[in-house]
Amino acid sequence: MYETTYHRPSSVDEAAALSARDAEAKYLAGGHTLIPVMKQRLASPTAVIDIGRIPALIGVEVSGDMLTIKAATTYFDIMNSADVKKSIPAIAHLTSVLGDPQVRARGTIGGSIANNDPAADFPAAVLALGATVKTNKRSIAANDFFKGLFTTALNDGELITAISFPVPAKAGYSKMRHPASRFALTGVFVAQMKNGDVRVAATGASQNGVMRVPGIETALKANWSASALENVKISPNGLIADIHGSAEYRANLIKVMAQRALG
Amino acid sequence: MGVEGIGARVTRKEDKRFVTGKGKYVDDVRVHGMTYAHFVRSPHAHAKVKGIDISEAMKKTGVVAVLTGKEIVEDKIGNLICGWMIHSKDGSPMKMGAWPAMAPETVRFVGQAVAVVIGETRNQARDGADAVIVDYEELPAAASIKAAIAPGAPQLHPEAPGNVVYDWAIGDEKATSDAFAKAAHKVSFELTNNRLVPNAMEPRAAIAEYDEAEEHFTLHTTSQNPHVARLVLSAFYGVAQEHKLRVIAPDVGGGFGSKIFIYPEEMVALWASKKVNRPVKWTSDRTEAFLTDAHGRDHVSKAEMAFDANHKMLGLRVKTHANFGAYMSLFSSSVPTYLYATLLSGQYNIPAIYAEVMGVYTNTTPVDAYRGAGRPEASYLLERLIETAARQFKIDPAELRRKNFITSFPHQTPVIMAYDTGDFNASLDAALKEIDYAGFPARKAKAKSEGKLRGIGLSCYIEACGIAPSKAVGSLGAGVGLWESAEVRVNPVGTIEILTGSHSHGQGHETTFAQVVADRLGISINQVSIVHGDTDKVQFGMGTYGSRSGAVGISAIVKAMEKMEAKAKKIAAHHLEASEQDIVIENGEFKVTGTDKAMALANVALSAYTAHNLPDGMEPGLKESAFYDPSNFTFPAGSYICEVEVDAGTGKTTFINFVAADDFGRLINPMIVEGQVHGGIAQGIGQALLEGAVYDDSGQLVTASYMDYAMPRADDLPSFKLQHTTTLCPGNPLGIKGCGEAGAIGSSAAVINAITDAIGNNKLEMPATPDRVWHAIQARA
Ligand SMILES: Cc1cc2nc3c(=O)[nH]c(=O)nc-3n(C[C@H](O)[C@H](O)[C@H](O)COP(=O)(O)OP(=O)(O)OC[C@H]3O[C@@H](n4cnc5c(N)ncnc54)[C@H](O)[C@@H]3O)c2cc1C
Repeated sequence: MYETTYHRPSSVDEAAALSARDAEAKYLAGGHTLIPVMKQRLASPTAVIDIGRIPALIGVEVSGDMLTIKAATTYFDIMNSADVKKSIPAIAHLTSVLGDPQVRARGTIGGSIANNDPAADFPAAVLALGATVKTNKRSIAANDFFKGLFTTALNDGELITAISFPVPAKAGYSKMRHPASRFALTGVFVAQMKNGDVRVAATGASQNGVMRVPGIETALKANWSASALENVKISPNGLIADIHGSAEYRANLIKVMAQRALG
Repeated sequence: MGVEGIGARVTRKEDKRFVTGKGKYVDDVRVHGMTYAHFVRSPHAHAKVKGIDISEAMKKTGVVAVLTGKEIVEDKIGNLICGWMIHSKDGSPMKMGAWPAMAPETVRFVGQAVAVVIGETRNQARDGADAVIVDYEELPAAASIKAAIAPGAPQLHPEAPGNVVYDWAIGDEKATSDAFAKAAHKVSFELTNNRLVPNAMEPRAAIAEYDEAEEHFTLHTTSQNPHVARLVLSAFYGVAQEHKLRVIAPDVGGGFGSKIFIYPEEMVALWASKKVNRPVKWTSDRTEAFLTDAHGRDHVSKAEMAFDANHKMLGLRVKTHANFGAYMSLFSSSVPTYLYATLLSGQYNIPAIYAEVMGVYTNTTPVDAYRGAGRPEASYLLERLIETAARQFKIDPAELRRKNFITSFPHQTPVIMAYDTGDFNASLDAALKEIDYAGFPARKAKAKSEGKLRGIGLSCYIEACGIAPSKAVGSLGAGVGLWESAEVRVNPVGTIEILTGSHSHGQGHETTFAQVVADRLGISINQVSIVHGDTDKVQFGMGTYGSRSGAVGISAIVKAMEKMEAKAKKIAAHHLEASEQDIVIENGEFKVTGTDKAMALANVALSAYTAHNLPDGMEPGLKESAFYDPSNFTFPAGSYICEVEVDAGTGKTTFINFVAADDFGRLINPMIVEGQVHGGIAQGIGQALLEGAVYDDSGQLVTASYMDYAMPRADDLPSFKLQHTTTLCPGNPLGIKGCGEAGAIGSSAAVINAITDAIGNNKLEMPATPDRVWHAIQARA
């Protein structure tokens, strides 16, 4: 690691001001992505701005049909939140299969979304539920937020403050864990919204990061059941192929995980 | 005898310091004036080093020195050696390419050091290393066996044309061909034994100190065999003289073979400590560990077996290509030859065997002994071949094995080994019973009715441990003797120190060795301490590997104890006015048998040291030493059976049951033995399902971190059910066979046999990842 300066702001405004002052500074949340790359000297921010203790960025709220998880809330807290378990249990389940206890104790939903790792779990939930990503500047619809591998709609210095999820009629998440990293080798989040819409997102599968799966959405809209997916064909084109899984295998997993996500 | 004697499940003495974080590892050691080394390593698998510009690095704050491969060669520091000479079929000696500790001209694997930066702090050394500019001219690389032996392949070493280290064979070629000619049935099979990264929890580390006035070096290092390290560093590398070099291997956090070898980093640290006249410390980071710790396995083999009409084995023919990586590591040459092909007879009566092994250089990290070393490769090959045969013949795999078991001992195999004892039916029976083998067809049918794929797999392994008779290994090319040493020091107050040439890095010697002593004298293990790991404290010893510390190390202790006890009895007899023959040792006392006359050990010891009243002509003191050289290897053996269920949708394997029935001879501490078996099986399952070092065609290690290299975790593993069936080893005083590697040797084949049984497709390589298993299921359909 190179030497860096550590800041611990107490408000979102203070954090944003620190960031505005220094283009090479980075927000630090759980640090489970940022710190390893700093240790490898692949990132060398001049300063890290620790947003992990800003009270306004921590916590879960439910109002009406909306579940809001603030950006610096840890996976552990999300997993154990009564509000999350009650309103969208699929999100509690997703966090319970994310990484391991150490990762869950530190990692945050905001960090995960901002990082947009192509195999991260939360992007699938955000995209499938059509959530809204709130920042210190604006609100961004999930459809517009994820822009491919490790790329998002965030501008430099823009800080995610919360993610708001519409509470669906039904939802589920199923994940085949990567044998080494335990990220998603492929994970699928299925959601049936209260207006009858069906949205399905797969992570870990596409070379372009999290993606919707229209073939599965259509089939589930007609019939919300595993058998409805029997004859759905998922193309391996554009899917990730590596030592842990071929594109054909991942194509198969998209279907199988979607079936299992239905519960 | 006794609650702390042989056979007692005593909790480990050393664990208090380990579990409370009080262990003292090399990286915990700090010495005054210490500097830090950071290596500049090649990013290329094969390249010429055209120039190294150190000028920017030298300007960096805190940089003490930058030293390069050219300088280490100029200073006449020796090239790394391989200590076991193997001759090819044609009689020619193996072809060794030169391996300088830092590459002066050519790099041959990613991670090979070309220079080292010595800095005041770890970070400053690293900053300096980042500023060293190396001008590489990239060369084409041969990153696999296939690429290295292909016509026109890039050549690694001028000394080894065609990248061939040796082309070796064992057994009787003609007898084996004859066996095949008259065979009623034949089975053949091709398989890969995947390359593994050892991944000891503690990465390697070294601290070298040079005392200018005394011209003396001290090296703290992560070693399984500090005396061997001292010998090699002094006699072959010339970094120090043997009597002016102290090697200390304090607590060592796992070795698995990878810490047997003497690596370039220790050599460089010693050499640099004299050059800069400051202590130099180096601690590997995890990436360096992946790139530079000697890897294990990496074979590609073709195997064929001939059977008669009654399914009795007639002959076995094996052709193996073994990947050595870019250089020959310290014992690498012996692993795919004398530690592998000599075990190809397994537990079976095979009249004729012929095995050919071609050792190959590739542009990858050097490969050497890793838990089991050669024996897992032999066992995996044979046990998959037999399971394949049983499936082909449509007979029960347990029956096919039983039909061919060796049942009378001693048994001379066609490949050198003379098995001394064993009862292979006993361990197979125990395992079959424990897993309810008879009930398996019903369980499989039930699983099938629920849409699940269930399978069962057997593996009956044998290994040669307790390496081994010095004369025998010498005749096979070993550069060292493989005896062990011990010294027993009874202190004036009756406490005991045992100095052993073995080294403990997870095995629990401080407990088990003390139990042996406690057992003999009827005292508490707390009266005994085990001293090891420091060449200034302990007499020359050979260290720990090849499951030898029980069979060889403890035997040396027993021998020294016998000498000490004989003298102590003389002293006691003298004081008790009895005959020496009438003295027995019980509960820490020397007793005149059949009387109540006794003298406590402490009094005998005190008398030995006061020397006021000793038998005429007796020397004072109570201290004896012994060297023990076994007469044969030992042969632990056992049967492992694994039952799995495979998820057809994802290819994921789940364990239903895993049974291991081992014959290790005498167990000193069954709890520690079980721990060794658990760890070994975890590594075997790791190899079978998860682990695999993968290089791309350009020689980059794709699996250079835990994000891609899958280590087994607790939740990947089932609860193991262990059984012991015992035949005592006739070759050593306590009948010990050894238990350190069995789990890693026996388990992989059981797992793959079970999966292939479940999915109905025998074509499956390790690691059997969900992806591979799923593809194998599709290929069957
Ligand atoms: C061993 C291991 C296993 C893992 N397994 C999984 C897994 O199974 N599934 C999974 O999804 N992930 C997994 N992760 C990743 C983990 O979830 C990370 O914690 C997460 O990706 C990043 O969250 P963080 O809070 O740690 O962010 P940090 O590392 O602190 O930050 C990551 C990046 O996001 C930026 N950032 C953070 N917060 C904000 C914000 N509020 N607004 C704008 N930018 C922000 C930072 O500047 C930085 O660039 C694993 C990580 C490790 C180390």
